[in-house]
Amino acid sequence: MSALLALDGVTVARGGRTVLAGADLQLHAGERLALVGPNGAGKTTLLRTLVGLERPSAGRVVAFGAERRTEVDFGTVRARAQLMFQDPDDQLFCPTVIDDVAFGPLNLGRKRDEAFAAARAVLERLGLVHLADRVTHRLSGGEKRLVCLAALIAMAPDALLLDEPTNDLDEENRARMIDILLRLDAALLLVSHDRDFLERIATRAVLLREGTVRPALVHRHVVTQEEIHIHGLDASHRHAEG
Amino acid sequence: MPAALGAAPVRVSFGIAALDPRTRLLGAFAGVLAVALLSSLWVLAAAALGTFALALAAGPGTAALMRRLVHLEGFMLVLLALLPFTVPGTPLFGAPPFVASAEGFARAVQILLKVNACGFLVFALLGGLEPVRIGAAALALKAPERLVQLFLLVVRYGGVLRAEAARLQEAMRARAFAPRASLTWSLHTWRTYGHMLGMVLVRALERAERVSEAMRCRGFSGRLPASAERPALGAADLAFALLLAAAILAAFAAEHLA
Repeated sequence: MSALLALDGVTVARGGRTVLAGADLQLHAGERLALVGPNGAGKTTLLRTLVGLERPSAGRVVAFGAERRTEVDFGTVRARAQLMFQDPDDQLFCPTVIDDVAFGPLNLGRKRDEAFAAARAVLERLGLVHLADRVTHRLSGGEKRLVCLAALIAMAPDALLLDEPTNDLDEENRARMIDILLRLDAALLLVSHDRDFLERIATRAVLLREGTVRPALVHRHVVTQEEIHIHGLDASHRHAEG
Repeated sequence: MPAALGAAPVRVSFGIAALDPRTRLLGAFAGVLAVALLSSLWVLAAAALGTFALALAAGPGTAALMRRLVHLEGFMLVLLALLPFTVPGTPLFGAPPFVASAEGFARAVQILLKVNACGFLVFALLGGLEPVRIGAAALALKAPERLVQLFLLVVRYGGVLRAEAARLQEAMRARAFAPRASLTWSLHTWRTYGHMLGMVLVRALERAERVSEAMRCRGFSGRLPASAERPALGAADLAFALLLAAAILAAFAAEHLA
């Protein structure tokens, strides 16, 4: 079966530096692919290249069965493959949460009532409907990120590209994010340094290093060790040593 | 003050909060236009008094009104100090080449009254509105879409940029930076502020690029989705429009008779 999104020997330079040098990558339907690599390896650039925010100097970007070159080509790609930016403030530009979630569907040509109903339905499905009328820039960091995710899901994408999605999430919101992602039908491409998150979610992993992509493994070892945990003084569990 | 608790949330006003944002926006526009066309000092003084009363009645309290006014009156002071000396006419006091003219003084008072009347009116009508609703109302009134987009983005990102600048300043202070408060700042102080300003600008530019990219990624093609719910105008809107029209007509009539 052909991939939803693919890079074929792609080379991309940013600011005079070659970031991707003949990188290959495939994202298939139903897959949750982890993209790992050191800081500055070009993970974000790779995501941006897939939706046409960076143009390769060599190689091909193939999305949904066709090679994509121009801004018009990528317009159709962006309707089906959604990118989550690292900083939620870049993404949430509408005054209120519901406006922001409805923004994408409206751009897809949905009627106003439909778009808002769809936005509300997504917020409800993700358990975020209480935020609907909040002003976006007054949300907490974790809430902002979850609202961003809702805004992308409202586009009913076939693929979601997430750049550090668990940044600034507390335990509760992080668990929520994982729960939401595991229930999605869309293929996921995950860039993260959060090993535990990747280990729980990813079905496959690749490593980006020195501009090329190679297969990798994300797996869990059983390790017996002391665990640091923090809770309030009214913890419901007992400790062995009182 | 336990006695006040029960009555706290309801604020008595002339019902400006009950008006549709479109009415308020149009009212402010009509009022400001009328004030701009008036010239008699007495009529303008009456307009300033009337709008001041309106602002007091509608506004978020005297203290907040005064805080907003401070910004305005700073400019007015400069005007009041300079205009009498720059408009030629009957000398009032001073010695050449610095002579204050009666005409200049009258002009300064006229502008002072006009600006204050307009300011009061805008505070009264628009001060209590969320910027979002002002934007929606402007769109509903067929204001240029680009202008409304710009307005809403400024509202949205002004805070983000301010927070960024504040973080930079905190980081500077955390590394023991203290601006030299001498008459001429030290070169280091100037250079540091230069760097900070440059950094704020560069980051704002980059942020603008990322925001635009994020919008394109969600299919944005240059048009904002139309504004939210648009209820019909009510009796309050009609009453307000009639009152305002009567006040404006009265002001012009008074000016003609004077």
